[in-house]
Amino acid sequence: METIDTDELARRIRIHAVKMVNKGGSPHIGSVLSMVDILAVLYGNIMNYKAKEPKWNDRDRFILSKGHAGAGVYAVLAECGFFDVKELDKHYKNGLIFSGHVSHKGIPGVEFYTGALGHGLPVAAGIALRAKLDDLDYRVFTILGDGELDEGSNWEAFMFSAHRNLNNLCVIIDRNNLQSMDTIENTLALEPLAEKIKSFGWHVQELDGHSHVALKDALIKSYKKPLCIIANTVKGKGVSYMENSIEWHYKTPKYSQFEQAIRELEK
Amino acid sequence: MRALFELASKSKDVVLITGDLGFGLFEDFAQQFPNQFINIGIAEQNMIGVASGLALEGKVVFVYSIGNFPTLRCLEQIRNDACYHKLNINIMCMGAGFSYGALGMSHHATEDIAIMRALPEMTVISPSTEEEAYFATINMAKYKGVCYLRLDKSKVKNSQGLVTDFEIGKGSILKDGTDYTIIACGGITEEALSAAHILDQKGIGCKVISMHTIKPIDKSLIKKCAEDTKGVITLEEGNITGGLGSAVLEIFSELNVFPKKIKRLGIHDNYISIVGSQEYLRDAVGISKKFIVDSILEWDES
Repeated sequence: METIDTDELARRIRIHAVKMVNKGGSPHIGSVLSMVDILAVLYGNIMNYKAKEPKWNDRDRFILSKGHAGAGVYAVLAECGFFDVKELDKHYKNGLIFSGHVSHKGIPGVEFYTGALGHGLPVAAGIALRAKLDDLDYRVFTILGDGELDEGSNWEAFMFSAHRNLNNLCVIIDRNNLQSMDTIENTLALEPLAEKIKSFGWHVQELDGHSHVALKDALIKSYKKPLCIIANTVKGKGVSYMENSIEWHYKTPKYSQFEQAIRELEK
Repeated sequence: MRALFELASKSKDVVLITGDLGFGLFEDFAQQFPNQFINIGIAEQNMIGVASGLALEGKVVFVYSIGNFPTLRCLEQIRNDACYHKLNINIMCMGAGFSYGALGMSHHATEDIAIMRALPEMTVISPSTEEEAYFATINMAKYKGVCYLRLDKSKVKNSQGLVTDFEIGKGSILKDGTDYTIIACGGITEEALSAAHILDQKGIGCKVISMHTIKPIDKSLIKKCAEDTKGVITLEEGNITGGLGSAVLEIFSELNVFPKKIKRLGIHDNYISIVGSQEYLRDAVGISKKFIVDSILEWDES
């Protein structure tokens, strides 16, 4: 696989995403921006795939469990050659298929539709289990939101994956510390998160979710247990007025705000 | 079980997952097919999620639990993960209606037909006989999309002998008759057959249909019953709202073909708090043979 400049890839995904939500009048830009670096490293450096053969048997599988950040996935897939970047203009358009929550229907490279929280990890575990049953080598990656961990189904799957020793499964928690109405800790405290997941039988590593070096270093290795990366991130990362702000879970950048966002990202 | 053994021995892609139920039922299967059997624990949301991941990768997945656990507990997983992705997942549920009557309302599977039927890409099967359950299982493995198989410990024997032409979506005529029709599904079809035999002795001929597939339902058979007989009774061991009876009425209205008399027998939109065996509770809620006989006698006298 050719070497991809993941910093440049991340910069482009952010610009695409801001343009997409601006054109589509859609929400969730803060949630997209917090996980862009993770996507850039996964698609730029870590995952095996063939963009022109999206169902290639030996590909690594990726599932976005926090489906509301779908714009980021569409953007990374377009940048990595799964389809033309011009298609991104179709996001949120009436009658077309690029829904706000990441959709697999008609979009090459998207493995699975998500939108309701707490669905991605059990499915990823099933895909990982299939590799074990059939003695295949692919890995399965899934990004979960930290707020999403309120859903009990995740913890069922944490138990299951460790019990079945699915060490080909990697969960990356986009730990931006904000959920829909307040901070995570004020809503339903997760801490001590790393200890919790460790105690479920996972290999847990906490790192800076915007450091490509740290992400690459952790993701490239193989582990004896299922891998959970707690990626500490900033919601809205890259656009100053969106950073750490709950309102950008909902709002769409328009006019001068849009122009400022693009200026900051193009720097 | 026989069907599952046959399927698993034919293809290693057949996987059976249980939500920690089936003690005494699955041990031989687990021993014979260790790589095709998973006891996933008491975690139904994860069960359907994992089943979806396996089915996305080409596995033919059967999941098993009882009562409302494999349906209502994980309804959103069934809708979003299984049905929306049109996966080959077959949900087998033991405990139709009041099969576990005395265990209490948590174990009464009485709204499952209506709820499962409301999901696009879902096939709903409630076999009336052991043979139907066997053939349904075999056919589900190759039938596209998600199937819901509603099982009970049915004692019904097909009066015409072994089913040889079972097809998903085609009702079977278990007993012929020209005066009235009873359309039933599930183990409670035995009440329909008993009622029909009682009515035979009174000179009233009832056709008994096992409408084992509630979705997609057999429209042409329903139309024929409406046209050929003087009245149609539907019978189900489940809530009257949205179940088999509703499905049959929908077809009458869709085709604009109505029998002269129509009656739906089912549970009248309530939860059952009294304790009782399956037979006792059928009687208590008005869905046993005597209610069928009384209804038809009333029609016949009028």
